[in-house]
Parts: sequence; structure tokens; C-alpha cells
Amino acid sequence: MQNRNTLRAGPDERGHFGIYGGRFVAETLMPLILSVEQAYALAKTDPTFAAELRYYLTNYVGRPSPLYFAERLTAAFGGAKIYLKREDLNHTGAHKINNCMGQVLLARRMGKKRIIAETGAGQHGVATATVCAQFGLKCVIYMGATDIERQAPNVYRMKLLGAEVKPVVSGAATLKDAMNDAMRDWVAHVDDTYYMIGTVAGPHPYPAMVRDFQAVIGEETRTQIIEAEGRLPDSLVACVGGGSNAMGLFHPFLDDRDVRIFGVEAAGYGIETGKHAASLTGGKPGVLHGNRTYLLQTADGQITEAHSISAGLDYPGIGPEHAWLRDIGRVDYVSITDAQALEAFQLTTRLEGIIPALESSHAIAYAKTVARDFGPNHVMVVSLSGRGDKDVGTVAKALGDKAFGEGDLS
Amino acid sequence: MSRIAQRFAALKAEGRAGLVTFITAGDPDAATGQALLEGLPGAGADLIELGMPFSDPMADGPVIQASSIRALANGASLVRTLEMVRLFRVRDQETPIILMGYYNPIYAHGVPAFCAEAASAGVDGLIIVDLPPEEAEELTVPAHAQGIDFIFLTAPTTDDARLPTVLAGASGFVYYVSIAGITGTASASREAIAAAVERLHRHTSLPIAVGFGLKSAAQVAMVGGLADAAVVGSAIVQTVADGLDAGGRAKPGLVDDVLTFVGSLAAGLRGSTEQD
Repeated sequence: MQNRNTLRAGPDERGHFGIYGGRFVAETLMPLILSVEQAYALAKTDPTFAAELRYYLTNYVGRPSPLYFAERLTAAFGGAKIYLKREDLNHTGAHKINNCMGQVLLARRMGKKRIIAETGAGQHGVATATVCAQFGLKCVIYMGATDIERQAPNVYRMKLLGAEVKPVVSGAATLKDAMNDAMRDWVAHVDDTYYMIGTVAGPHPYPAMVRDFQAVIGEETRTQIIEAEGRLPDSLVACVGGGSNAMGLFHPFLDDRDVRIFGVEAAGYGIETGKHAASLTGGKPGVLHGNRTYLLQTADGQITEAHSISAGLDYPGIGPEHAWLRDIGRVDYVSITDAQALEAFQLTTRLEGIIPALESSHAIAYAKTVARDFGPNHVMVVSLSGRGDKDVGTVAKALGDKAFGEGDLS
Repeated sequence: MSRIAQRFAALKAEGRAGLVTFITAGDPDAATGQALLEGLPGAGADLIELGMPFSDPMADGPVIQASSIRALANGASLVRTLEMVRLFRVRDQETPIILMGYYNPIYAHGVPAFCAEAASAGVDGLIIVDLPPEEAEELTVPAHAQGIDFIFLTAPTTDDARLPTVLAGASGFVYYVSIAGITGTASASREAIAAAVERLHRHTSLPIAVGFGLKSAAQVAMVGGLADAAVVGSAIVQTVADGLDAGGRAKPGLVDDVLTFVGSLAAGLRGSTEQD
């Protein structure tokens, strides 16, 4: 990093966070990547771009999102004060729109008329289709055929919004394959198309750009927690798939060394079963989708399938800045199983009247495991990255009538 | 002189362009893949691109994706690909072999070990699709140290300002990707290819091979009249797929059919240069 006194200066001019990140793409795409980088560098320092983005975040997305003191969860966990950063209250129900709003304004500045994106659970696809409808741009969403089946309501939402949803049948027909096909589309439509990547991964400048657009989460949290508690939090917790809500929350706090930071990966059926999506815990460094990062892979370097009950965490890689933060030890990456996430989903729903996304439920579940040890003087901010209405079907399938039992809510 | 340089020098002496054929290593299975590889020079291939199977071939169209999946399902791996080359070299010391694929399997194997093993197996060059010049040094330096050429791709989107960056580390030959797209899809026009080759010749003295979208003997002949070599991949791999039974196993005659097709491509190429 250029400035050794801060952890927030990365990436370097070639898009590297330590050994991670970079631009591992076919030559056909390099000139496009460079033009996105150039356009973003200009936009970033342009006050009119910032003002335009601020306008839409306030009046369309509904920012700032509240920082809510979860009193009953705090009591149930028996220790740390739990604050929830309510990204579920954004328009479209998740943090994804923060990034899409930034990127669509950039695409417009670049004169692009056609937007493509990949989606797993459909949240990024819906957010992309939303901003495309808002600005009258053609929208094509790549989605694995398996995911299309699992996430039918989001597919219908995207179609209602005017997007074309292209089923991807290659590989395991999930998120990584959708990303492969989106990149194939981009190579073939270099002139008019903008690729709206949904997370802090992919070739430079995407990891840095998406982080910058999501950093509004952490910036607001800083102001809000000082207002509520008169000081910075003791810890931050967020779920990590690709890692955009986490990076958005974490980044403004990276230099506050007293703030402990936890990124929560999806352990699926358990790390030891091999059926998980925990790239940092169970993977090793490799190169895929334009960046070097931790990946789930075989000894031969073939990428393996991830598993998580949460479709949004079901990806065999992770953003390169997370890989770097792990290696330097600034962020602790931990993992939570499907079963633990389901329990947290129910607790939050029953105790707070908030149905959290299964993704976010991983973060809440981790808060539960450490809250008692941290004690009542500890202030913890948990990213509630999205609402869980989309997951009701999945939860019903996993729990059935057990979801309505009295359970142990203490 | 490297095998690649020797081969292009020989082609120049013959006054014709070369045929570069692509197959995926271990497709559809190890034995059939080996037979195909060993049959290619006799069928008229001047250089061989051997695809290293990868689970996520982002620059490839459906035909080559499917071949990677077939090969991996039947036990293909980076180590086995190198073993194929080693076996091939027992009988053929002249035909250059260029490994083509993606970086992750090499990175997972360990770059220095891979370069040493590839050189000792008899590999002459590497084309790594997702290593643009900005990221390539970590592989080009150890590859060159082992005498392995690193062949860079140039595309219609690579403009004059960027070409010197791409060509700075290139050796062996330059691969021109004639369409902005993935393998085995659209085809470029004669005019577009002629203009691109002429542009490349202004920037480099290396031989120029043109690929992506070449499917027929006529297209190969056309490119042969313009560039130093024509590359055919998806069309050959499709004939492999056509030779499989419903269970995905090689039918008798698959190898002969593929080599006959390669022979027809080679004949088209030789025909074209005689007319020039």
C-alpha cells in the first residue's frame, strides 16, 4: 500500500490489495476494464457525480438507513448491546441498491445503453433491473438455471421490471456460472454494454468501486453510533459471500484499531463436510473472475461448488480486499452453519419483528455466539444487509411447522 | 532455435501458412485424447494447441466448455496434460506444442514447478487467456527462463496505443483473436482480418496466427493467404463431440473422423497458398 499509516489506501494503481485483486481477464476485455477505471477515476473526484448519487440515495433508495438498537435480541443474547444497521429498509430490500445506483450513474456518464449483470439469489439482479427501469436502460440478467428454480419470485420481479433473464446452464448453473456467462456477453458486446458487478470482486476497478459505493453503510453507522452511544462501537459483524455489505460497513473503521471486526462466512452443513461457502476458512488463494483471491478449489486448481442455505452467500470466492484483510489479521473471519443461521432467522423474527435475510442471519448468529463473552459494556453493530421475505419459502422447506413452535427464545 | 521458431522458418521456406489445431487434453478420455494428439501432425497440423481443462473457461464458447467438462469428468488434470506431452515427444520431436488455458490450475500447481515440468515434458509455449500483460510477469519470467515461449493474445479491441504493452513480453508468435467474442461463435471478414494483420505487422516481426471463429477449410485458406498461421479450435472439438455415443463414450471411428477433418483443413490451406 502506498500509505503505510492507513489500511484504507488500497488498492495500488494496478488494483492489488497485497497479492490479491488485479485484472486477470482476457485481452479483449482489458481495454473495457481500463475505460471503466478511467471513467470511475473521473467520476470519483467530480462533485456533480457525488451530488447526483447523494440525491438518488436520499430520495430514491431512502438513505440514511436507521441504526436500530435491538433491545430484545440484546436481552436474549445476554451480553453485548446489539445494534442493527437496517439495510433491509432500503428500496428493493437490501444493500445491493447502493452499488447499483452508483454504477448506473457511471454507466450513463459513459454513454452505455445496455446493462448486464450476474445474480445468484436474485437480489443484485432485482436491484440492477430496478435502476435500469428507473433510467430506461436495456437490462440483461444472467442467472443460473438452478437458481432460477430456487428463486422464482425474484425472477418474476426482474421480468416485471423489464429485464431479460437469461438462464445459464453451464457448470452447476449457479452464481459462478452466471458470472462466466456475463463476462462472455461483455466480450461479445464491447461497444454498448456496461457490466454491473454486484459485489466487491472481479477485475480492478470493481472491488474498489463497489466498496466505495457501499461504504455509505459504514459512514452512516459511524455518525449514528456516536449519536447513540457517544463513541465508536467495540465491534462490527457482517456476513461475507462476495463481501460487499461487509466491506461497506468495515472500510470506514479499518483504521480504528480498537474496533474489532468480524466477517462471517457461510459454513453450510459444516466446514468439515466440505459442503460450505467459506472461501477464507476452507479455500486457498487462486485466480478466478478477474481477480486473485481465496477460492474453493481442488488440488488441481478446478473451482468447486459452494453450498449455503443462503443463495446470496453461495459463491466459491470472496472479494480480494477481504483476502488481504484476513492475511494481515485486521479482520477476523469466522463461520456459521445453515442450522445456526436458521435459528438466528427465527429469533430475530420473533423477538424484533424483523424478518432478516438468511445472509444477514449468519451475522446475527455470530453475534449470539460471542455476545455473552463480550459483556454488557460492549457495543456491537451487526449489518442487517437485507430483508428475508425472499427466504420465506426456503425456511418453510427447511423447518416446516417447527418454525411456529415455542422454541427456546431465551 | 526453438521448435516454434523452427516451424515458422520452415513454413516460410515452403511459402505457405501453417495450420494450428486446438484440442482439449484428455477429451473425451485419456486414451482417445492421446491418440488424437499423436495423429494431428500426420493429418496436417503444423503446430498444436493443447487445451488445459478448466472448470470455468470464461473466454470459451459452449463447444470448448463442454470439452473441458468431458475431460475433467474422465480424470483430466494439469499433471496428466503434461504426461500427454511427454508421451507425444517420444515419437515427435519437431511439432511445437503450446498449452492453452487459464491461470488457476498453474497457480495451484506452483508456477516454478509447472514451468520446469512443462519444459522437461516438451512444451514449447503457453497461451494463458486470463493473464494480460499487466499480470503476466509472474509466469512469463519463469517460463522464459525454462525456454518456453509466452504467446500473448491481441484482440480487435487492442488499439495502437495498447499494442506495444501487449507485444513487449511476447515471444514465439502473436495470436490475433479475430472477433470480439468467445471461441467458436462469429467469424470476422476477410477485410477485417487483412487490416488487423497488417496493423500487427507494423508493430512486431513475430509470426501472426489468427483464430476464433474459423470453422471451414475455405476460411482457413482465406486466413492462410493473409497471416502466418490459422488456428482452428471449436470446429475440431465439435467433431470430437460428434463422435460420442449417447453415454458420452468415444464411438469407434472418432479419431479417424477428427483427423480426416483436420486433413481437409490442411488441404484447404495448402491449396490457398499455391494460388497466391
